Amino acid sequence: MKNSVFKNSVRFFALLIAQVYLFNNVNLFGYINPYPYVLFLLIFPFTANRALYLCIAFLTGLTMDMFGNSGGIHAAACLFLAYLRPIILQFAFGVSYEYNAIKLSKVGFYERFIFISILVLIHHFVLFALEVFNISNILYTLNKTLVTSIFTIVLCLTFNILFSSRNQ
Amino acid sequence: MQQIINFLIRNKHFLLFAFLLSISLVFTVQSHSYHRSKFVNSANWFTGGIYGSVSSIQDYFKLKTYNRQLLEENARLRERLKSPNENNDDLTQLTIENSPIAIDSLRQFSYIPAKVINNNYSKTDNFITLLGGTQEQIKKDQGVITSQGIVGIIDKSSDHYSTVLSILNSNFTTNAKLKFSEHFGTLQWDGKDPNIVQIVDMQQQAPVKVGDTVETSGKSAIFPKGIPIGTVSSFELDPSKNFYTLSVKLINDMTDLGHVYIINNAFRDEILSLENENGEE
Repeated sequence: MKNSVFKNSVRFFALLIAQVYLFNNVNLFGYINPYPYVLFLLIFPFTANRALYLCIAFLTGLTMDMFGNSGGIHAAACLFLAYLRPIILQFAFGVSYEYNAIKLSKVGFYERFIFISILVLIHHFVLFALEVFNISNILYTLNKTLVTSIFTIVLCLTFNILFSSRNQ
Repeated sequence: MQQIINFLIRNKHFLLFAFLLSISLVFTVQSHSYHRSKFVNSANWFTGGIYGSVSSIQDYFKLKTYNRQLLEENARLRERLKSPNENNDDLTQLTIENSPIAIDSLRQFSYIPAKVINNNYSKTDNFITLLGGTQEQIKKDQGVITSQGIVGIIDKSSDHYSTVLSILNSNFTTNAKLKFSEHFGTLQWDGKDPNIVQIVDMQQQAPVKVGDTVETSGKSAIFPKGIPIGTVSSFELDPSKNFYTLSVKLINDMTDLGHVYIINNAFRDEILSLENENGEE
């Protein structure tokens, strides 16, 4: 238990620092900043108390908002991600899986890819919809969601593969 | 009663989700109105401290650029010292020497230097974080410029840090005019290209040409007259055929800011209270 708290705290701060120092300054093509900090919420232990998980997601998002002066957009996006994660877990890994028993490092690449992609897309869509805050710019929002998601997904998968293979 | 409690217990995760979501939506809505984001901003010791340590490293790599900018500014100022008659017409020379009003207007604006420790430009609402706060007399609603041109307006300041509502923010507006005429319009940003801002509601009589310089009009209590904004890159009449909408290429590279000046208007309170009196009548 203690070990898991420690591991998650380290992961949280490592991803936070990487996000703020590095990924918030990428500005690829002028406007693309990937958000790989969501990996912390994606691989947060599946067995954890759901209420606790929602609160942690909210606080993670709020921290990012503080750095970005963006109000509550990251907090809202993270909440959607956290609330929908169990449903996407069932979808990606099949109903037969009891999601208590799943270890992300044990499932195949395809399932992992689906799971991460769907949640990142949801997160980014909520994020950019709230950021642009204008329904008439919906095409711009969708475009930004799609392009940024691709980069975030690639980064999340890379980190996930890099760090889980070391544990085996 | 029993059923209500059962309902609450059954849906407790959804209720928690809805509760937290509504908090974050309140924060979001607040952040979309000027000066309302009370709790979540980067003018605090935690985020400010982290940004400060990052920027002190980045500074080493940018020393060359900073030096060049300072040299350019020095050269410009030196030129103005040498040839006062060419840049300022004789009238202002005379009045500055003799009349107490003109001397007062010289004292109206003072400049405070500050360092940029964080800068966004890829979002729809961008903010800049500065090292320097109320201890350096930096307060909200002061204008922020570089040696080249306009940057934004101070949004919030703590003891040592402040946040700037960047010109690249959908909430930013100020008055802008053409350099060679007094026709003015409202400066705003459509959230797309960080090099291009828009000026709307410019009178159709204005002699606009591509390449014209646009500067601040001095009609607000924030910026003095004549701070460069950029050059006109294209313009068109709006559907009602009464007003121009101009696209202006910014003179500042908003993606590469180092040191800025904050403009303190000594008479701001006086101007505002006078304007408020007029509004009440």
